[in-house]
Amino acid sequence: MTDHDDKRAHMPLGLALRGYTGVIQHLSTKDTGSALSDIELESRLIELGFVEGARVEVLHEGLVGRDPIAVRVDNITIAVRRREAMAVIVA
Amino acid sequence: MELPLLHLALVGTPNSGKTSLFNALTGSRQKVANYPGVTVERKEGFFVTPLGRQVSVVDLPGTYSLRGRSPDEEITRDFVLGKASGETVPDLVLCVADSTNLRLTIRLLLELKRTGRPMILVLNMFDIAARRGITVDVERLAKELGVPVVTSIAVRKGGTADLLALTDEISAKLAAEQQDSSWRALSVAELRATQREADRIIADCVSLPARPDTWTARIDAIVLHPVGGLIVLALILFFMFQAVFAWAQPLMDLLKSGFDGLGEFVHATLPEGLLQSFLQDGVISGVGSVIVFLPQIIIIFLFILLLEDFGYMARAAFLMDRIMGGAGLHGRAFIPLLSSFACAIPGIMSTRVIDNKRDRLTTILIAPLMTCSARIPVYTLIISAFIPAKDVWGFINLQGLVMFGLYATGITSALAVSFVIKFFMIRDYGPAPFMLELPDYKVPRLKSIAIGIYTRAKMFLVRAGTTIFSMMVLIWFLASFPQPPAGATEPAIDFSLAAMIGKALEPLLAPVGFNWQIAVALIPGMAAREVAVAALGTVYAIEGGKEAAEQIGQVLATKWSLATALSMLAWYVFAPQCASTLAVIRRETGSWGWMAVTFFYMLVLAYAASFVTYNVAVALGAG
Repeated sequence: MTDHDDKRAHMPLGLALRGYTGVIQHLSTKDTGSALSDIELESRLIELGFVEGARVEVLHEGLVGRDPIAVRVDNITIAVRRREAMAVIVA
Repeated sequence: MELPLLHLALVGTPNSGKTSLFNALTGSRQKVANYPGVTVERKEGFFVTPLGRQVSVVDLPGTYSLRGRSPDEEITRDFVLGKASGETVPDLVLCVADSTNLRLTIRLLLELKRTGRPMILVLNMFDIAARRGITVDVERLAKELGVPVVTSIAVRKGGTADLLALTDEISAKLAAEQQDSSWRALSVAELRATQREADRIIADCVSLPARPDTWTARIDAIVLHPVGGLIVLALILFFMFQAVFAWAQPLMDLLKSGFDGLGEFVHATLPEGLLQSFLQDGVISGVGSVIVFLPQIIIIFLFILLLEDFGYMARAAFLMDRIMGGAGLHGRAFIPLLSSFACAIPGIMSTRVIDNKRDRLTTILIAPLMTCSARIPVYTLIISAFIPAKDVWGFINLQGLVMFGLYATGITSALAVSFVIKFFMIRDYGPAPFMLELPDYKVPRLKSIAIGIYTRAKMFLVRAGTTIFSMMVLIWFLASFPQPPAGATEPAIDFSLAAMIGKALEPLLAPVGFNWQIAVALIPGMAAREVAVAALGTVYAIEGGKEAAEQIGQVLATKWSLATALSMLAWYVFAPQCASTLAVIRRETGSWGWMAVTFFYMLVLAYAASFVTYNVAVALGAG
């Protein structure tokens, strides 16, 4: 981890606005309010490439409530609702 | 000695280009069926290797892992493990990767390796990767992964030559290296570990340029813009429906005159009598009046396949997710619902991509309200007979506008029904997640589209040749027997069984403005909506002679009031006029109850809509 990452406050990806760039610190699937179980949500996020160290950028937001978001995860783009993105802690 | 058939299976993540590789390998030698017991589409194709080995290849549903969290993904897992009932264990698994996006596939491949199946990693779309400056050390990758790796460009002629050669080479020494499976479902920690391993291997073997695909970024800037994106989506849909109406016309006229000519020929060749009437009124005008709609069905599928190949469908789901969420629908329901514009059956079947049961049930219940292509014949017939083909505001065709309105009514009521379901029936419930890859845009390939359209057109024609044909024979029989007594002056059909049934139903349908001829046509229309057109043709043909059969539309224009025509359109927006759809609903929900619910709610809506339409139209002087 670089100094830059240490200085920046950790936050859930679910709160990031369009244009945000950061690096995934860890996954925390507790209390996201997702309909999925913690394990299921974590597995799916990993399967779509949300793993520690991956670079993320919020590319697009939906019209209603800025939701869902389109996130660049390393070199692919994933659409995800903010509720589930709350489990991805970035900095 | 003739070698036994070699069994290949294609496995890969969604959007890996699996299907275009499948099309490139097999061309049109494809067989589409269902897996036994479930309704996941099973696509098998055949080809011959350069050394003359006969090969069967199965295109398995796309998946990110072998966990099997939906029926589709379970099929993929069981098939690879050799547990799928009635299936041969694949001799060789082709793991297909999009070369521009290796992370998720390499992880899947590491998991697949545990199954012990012999495997090849196919780096598909290698040309696109090269153009973007991605370089892959193929030899090193093969060494690190411990499986042979081959590059391919499925969409280019000869782009699969290396893969074919490697298949020959490997299949020659297959028997020696069968291994047992050590696969079991991965824990979260193992999942993370395999992704780390995959990322390490990629870091060693692949050099990625820093820049993403600029074209995708540019297009997405417009297409995924919160407001602009929705406008683009509306424009695409509007253009699609105008095209269906306008472009198909010349071809439809051509087909129609072809069938008319054939009818004339039969009329002139055969002696007057039952056989002549059967062939001309029952078979040729009946089946012909349905086949005439082939061009429109092809155009609808052309649009759906083009948008899918281009990569737009996932974007549409993204744009619609929250909007549909307001009506209690999942963003993923957008694709099944859009497919339902072609036909509710594939639409309902594709609700399997929705893994939450209740989201899936809601989508299934409303899918038949989407205007399927079988309604097009009915709409077209009535619109062209009753709505003048003039332009409004100078550039919009009024007929196209009415068509668009009917589609819009279907969509609006689907959303309303879904809202009611959410509000009254399924309350205690948090929204299911929406997680979807947005693939890079790709230029759609003509060959893939052509194969897709060909398979669908074939399905439609087979349907016309079987279900619709037998219904036409039935309606002709009902309309022709019993024969009128000698010396009767009324039209023959007045004495027939069809007239008796129709007249028995007439009191029920009179409040919505339907006459007994319509009542007769609605009965075979239960088997397939479009049959109603042919049935009306047959009823009026036997009533009015052959002149009537040639111009169903013109006959209707003289026999029906505008109010009846509008009422009929309203009826068709809602009516559960399709036995196959109901059968699929029963199969997919596993319940007669949900099938009955669908049937009755649609019937009630249809009757109510027709009743209101008819009475309002009569009150406005269109009676």
